[in-house]
Amino acid sequence: MAAKHPEVKLRYQADIAIIDLQGEINASADEILKPAYVEAVATNPKAVLLNMTDVEYITSTGMAILVELLAQAYQANRPLAACGLSSHYQEVFQIIRMTDYMQIFADEASALSKL
Amino acid sequence: MTALLRTLWQIIWGQPESKVETSPVQPESLAAPGLFELEPDDPLFDFLQHTSGTVELDRLNLDSPALRALCAAGVKLVAPLVSQGELIGLLNLGKRLSKQDYSNYDHKLLENLAAQAAPAVRVAQLIQQQQREAQAHERLEQELRIARLIQQTLLPKEIPHLPGWEVASFYQPARAVGGDFYDFLLFPDGLVGFIVGDVTDKGVPAALVMATTRSLLRAAAERLIFPGQVLERANELLHADIPPKMFVTCLYALLDPATGRLRYANAGHDLPYRRRPDGVDELRATGMPLGLMPGMRYEEKETVLAPGETVLLYSDGLVEAHNPRREMFGFSRLRTLVAEHVGGPALIDFLMTQLAEFTGPTWEQEDDVTMVLVQHCLPQAVELPASDQHQSWRNLVEFSLASILGNEREAMRQVGQAVQMLSIPDSLLDRLKTAVAEATMNAIEHGNKNQPDLPVVIQVQASPTAIRVRITDQGGGQSIPEPEAPNLEAKLAGLQTPRGWGLFLIKNLTDEMRVISNHTHHTVELTLYLEGEKNGSQTS
Repeated sequence: MAAKHPEVKLRYQADIAIIDLQGEINASADEILKPAYVEAVATNPKAVLLNMTDVEYITSTGMAILVELLAQAYQANRPLAACGLSSHYQEVFQIIRMTDYMQIFADEASALSKL
Repeated sequence: MTALLRTLWQIIWGQPESKVETSPVQPESLAAPGLFELEPDDPLFDFLQHTSGTVELDRLNLDSPALRALCAAGVKLVAPLVSQGELIGLLNLGKRLSKQDYSNYDHKLLENLAAQAAPAVRVAQLIQQQQREAQAHERLEQELRIARLIQQTLLPKEIPHLPGWEVASFYQPARAVGGDFYDFLLFPDGLVGFIVGDVTDKGVPAALVMATTRSLLRAAAERLIFPGQVLERANELLHADIPPKMFVTCLYALLDPATGRLRYANAGHDLPYRRRPDGVDELRATGMPLGLMPGMRYEEKETVLAPGETVLLYSDGLVEAHNPRREMFGFSRLRTLVAEHVGGPALIDFLMTQLAEFTGPTWEQEDDVTMVLVQHCLPQAVELPASDQHQSWRNLVEFSLASILGNEREAMRQVGQAVQMLSIPDSLLDRLKTAVAEATMNAIEHGNKNQPDLPVVIQVQASPTAIRVRITDQGGGQSIPEPEAPNLEAKLAGLQTPRGWGLFLIKNLTDEMRVISNHTHHTVELTLYLEGEKNGSQTS
């Protein structure tokens, strides 16, 4: 069972950049997610929202990539948020305290209304 | 009367169920007469069987070759010997020495004599028949003893003892002794050859061909390395000597116990089954049976037997066994049973139990049943402290995975499947699966250095109060650096690498994590309690 590459799509909703993530977030997300984030912030959005509704599995390396994005956002003082996380990955985000620095929303609609 | 007494001895025992043998009289001589056969389809046979009393042949008007032959031999008077309505012989009398006709008194005396003699003759015939059958049976038994002796003398006396491997064999001859054989060849470089074969025919001829084939294979295997070449050589030599219409199916596999590498070639024998954690496959290689045609080539295949995998070699006596409804045990049933079992030497007992259930108690074994089993054992987990042993743990599953990143998903799947029966909450299952995935990735990357050949072995156990998973890699004997505790603020500030979450996650998702190492293996043991204790307590 070979590791699967994640799929990433960028779109904008008002002044929020939304990155839709799909599949596995593993080591190979490095070369897909990071460029997507660079592209997302190029237009200087108010916030970046990671839509993780279709994410099946996140490895610790995938978590590290998300931490890297959070570090970039944190240093640029740009809000980074996530929505659509399963309860298990919400727990994982809490364990590594990502939730101290990024908002987690149940779904995209609630994220857009509050960001 | 003198004539009567003279001819009494001339009765020759007949075959009651078929023709009657009798002897023509030679009136002037007491020399032993030649045999006379009365065929059952001769009209005289039917006449004598249903007549009562003596018969003067001169007075018969039958178109009977036997009648003509008896008359020609000088027989005048015949007294049929009839036992239980069956003609079993004749008393034949020639002319009286006085040249006078036989008197009524003579007829009467002869009838009485025939009536008294018939049961005695019948008993004597039965005894003789029984003796003949006993002799034939004894000859057959003697042949079977010889065939069994040849086979049993040549079958291996010992099973090879290979560290990290289990080898087992089973041989149950049919009564008629088929031509099955198996052999183990131990080579100085540590390689081990496994042979299973089956000679067509049964009994002594099959045993002799089996003995020859075994010697030819041994000789060829000593000089040649590749199994295909070994079969090729054996075929050439056997073809020159084997009796017509006989041939030998045979599988030869050469194992390197150090690496698990198995090379094999097949001369028309039943395909071995390999049991893996995720199913069963056939070890397929093509080739004609030995001894049929010269100049044959044998395809050679190669595979690696990973820890936990079992290969079963067998003969057709197993798959072609019939039940009372004449249904065959069959390949499909065998394959399903191999998949159901956990593998290892106990598989043989399991299959024999299943075979006995299938065939029923009245089974008369038609052919030899032979099995040879080779299992690559899972590495033994490191000895645990005695304090840990009080819990009653039961194994739910053990499996191994190649060291390829991505296989941690398979680990999650199999562990999830194994604990399904425990009906644990989804949140606990997710924690377990993520922790197992992280530990498996560590084993693949750090323990086994991403070398696909090196297996990661995963053992799942349950006790009444907990689930335990052990993940073992081959990275023993190396020191494991304690990773720096991840600090999110330091990472956000760029003062610490963003990575390094694996072990941290494992520790926080499970209730206990232990690392146990010896000089060859490295085991991470994860424990989750089914109730209370620590579940979710670290998540705030």
